[in-house]
Amino acid sequence: MDLTFTPDEEAFRDECRRWLHANVPRGLPSGDTREGFALHLDWERKLFDARWAVVSWPEEYGGRGASPMEWLIFEEEYYRAGGPQRVTQNGIFLLAPTVFEFGTKAQQDRILPRMAAAEDLWCQGWSEPNAGSDLAGIQSRGVRDDERGGWRLSGQKTWTTRGAFCTHLFGLFRTDPEAERHRGLTYLLVPLDAPGVTVRGFGRLDGDEGFAEVFLDDVFVPDDDVLGEVNQGWSVAMATTSAERGLTLRSPGRFMATAARLVELWRERGASADPALRDAVVRAYIDAQAYRWQTFQTVTRMTDGENVGAESSLTKVFWSELDVRMHETALELLGADAELDDSAWTRGYQFALSGPIYAGTNEIQRNVIAERVLGMPRR
Amino acid sequence: MRFAFTDDQLAFRDAVRELLAHECPPSVVRDAWVSGSGRTEGVWAHLGGMGVLGLLAPESAGGLGLSDVDLVLILEETGYAALPEPVVEHAAVGVPLLASAGHDAATAAATGEITVTTALANQGPTAYADAAALVLVERADGVHAAAPAAVGLVARGTPVDGSRRLFTVDRAGVGAGLAPVVARREGAALAFDRGALGTAAQLVGLARRMIDMTVGYTKDRTQFGQPIGSFQAVKHHLADARIALEFARPLVYRAAWVVAAGEPSRPVDVSMAKARASEAALLAARQALQCHGAIGYSYEYDLHLYMKRAWALAGAWGDAAWHRARVGRAILGPDAS
Repeated sequence: MDLTFTPDEEAFRDECRRWLHANVPRGLPSGDTREGFALHLDWERKLFDARWAVVSWPEEYGGRGASPMEWLIFEEEYYRAGGPQRVTQNGIFLLAPTVFEFGTKAQQDRILPRMAAAEDLWCQGWSEPNAGSDLAGIQSRGVRDDERGGWRLSGQKTWTTRGAFCTHLFGLFRTDPEAERHRGLTYLLVPLDAPGVTVRGFGRLDGDEGFAEVFLDDVFVPDDDVLGEVNQGWSVAMATTSAERGLTLRSPGRFMATAARLVELWRERGASADPALRDAVVRAYIDAQAYRWQTFQTVTRMTDGENVGAESSLTKVFWSELDVRMHETALELLGADAELDDSAWTRGYQFALSGPIYAGTNEIQRNVIAERVLGMPRR
Repeated sequence: MRFAFTDDQLAFRDAVRELLAHECPPSVVRDAWVSGSGRTEGVWAHLGGMGVLGLLAPESAGGLGLSDVDLVLILEETGYAALPEPVVEHAAVGVPLLASAGHDAATAAATGEITVTTALANQGPTAYADAAALVLVERADGVHAAAPAAVGLVARGTPVDGSRRLFTVDRAGVGAGLAPVVARREGAALAFDRGALGTAAQLVGLARRMIDMTVGYTKDRTQFGQPIGSFQAVKHHLADARIALEFARPLVYRAAWVVAAGEPSRPVDVSMAKARASEAALLAARQALQCHGAIGYSYEYDLHLYMKRAWALAGAWGDAAWHRARVGRAILGPDAS
């Protein structure tokens, strides 16, 4: 056990910190409106040009071949510097790990560089009106087209984050109507400008057009855009769920930065606040540290070749509920001022409230923990 | 950055785990409740023979010359077994104090030939003082190594955990001339942090034990024609306990490394560990009892042995609120209220 950073890791941190402090944009609007999204793309392309967009990817795809530990360091520095949420994250953190694991070399060469450069913008097409927590209940279907060599897709996806601003969708479609539930699904990649696709943006809780419905009406997708094996989409998709629930999408750096902001807010407002809030601020600080050290432990295990798997559900419940608690504490410190909707904390609270819902609700995560971490019976 | 134990550390842990599974089953813990000393027959000697009791002492003083990182895993196992012995006071606190002071009894303590307990300022009551050859008593001028007969022990009521024999110490009665000083202010602060860290490790072990017991029970117990562990309400109780354990344990291991490395952040890291470990053990106890139902509420059933130890240790060496307050002073400044 050595809980110091190596000289190489420290040098990497210094390099991240210097570049980020000089370049992180100030005062960007929300990336979940059409205008804001465009401004965020400028930032994403600047990150790419300086090779900071996808630090953990190989150099041939625009990355730095950073180790998982270095990637965590980058994330800490990114959020410490006040970097905005990554509007490209669903491609980079959810689709890309699947492309690396299941994609052919041709697919990797075609998809990854354009994703890293924010030329292709990816949204996740999983949820449907009747398939949320019960994801295996997907009804959108793909019908075989042997003549053209591909699949014809029909159905509806919804609650698709930033779908109205993206260019491509990765999704699950039922390609074997006879198969039960999570069998018979295929993981497919769909350009949103293909004939037969209709995208309609709609407001999230905060009113921004951050959600979309995607309607597919006999949309042709060639075999080249099948990721992994036909009818094996469920297991292909599960590779991204553990990425989504675990550390790649929501690394500790983000929550350490929020805890640090909460400590600052306490310094400004604590003198006149309910003393119980002091304890809540301390709890937030401790919990962010707990997440940080749990992650370093997990990454060491991954580096040693262990598979973390279902344990990512422990992480997802912890960070999402920590995020809500931190924002609730901040709103209590703000008192009546919290009502102003341009307070970063009030907007942040609305975003934090999505955490226990997306990427598998926390109720589903608790089932996974009980059944797959603790070994309790399914039925 | 490498946050993992070595194979040797894990192998030592496994050997202690095996010993305690064999020598300290629930029946032994239960026997300690009714025995005069509150201690076990023979486990102490086994631990001494394995080097656990002198793990932190240098080899020249009869110890293994290992670190807090080696010890933390072993103390976690003593928590898992609810070992009714003053192992934290002795091995984590007393032995390194005596060894660093070059005290005459250092070697006898490191081998387990004698038992040492502690009465530091913020630890709460002193456990097993009547069975100890030395009590390390903290006063304003430092920590004194005193014979129990010289410190005016007063037995404290009926502890909720019936295996714990608790005493208060008449600090004023400890004459500096009679009891040599083994640590000044800095040494006393380190000793306290080692006690809090060791107790945190035991609490993590207790949380794990209660979760294991309860998962096992909910698989076997059938109601409405199916195991109660298949019901979502039961699953979610235990998932919450498991989450609390998951995020307490790295803080405990981190604190062990910080203590061993002599990092200046030691008080904050130890306090974060003890606060989270206390909460994890209390939550595991609460959920374990609820998921067991009436059987868990029965005195004849073993769960309460572990639950009551968790209650006792959650409060000992500073409870969660005490430790959060210490973190608060470090990150937010003095508490005005």
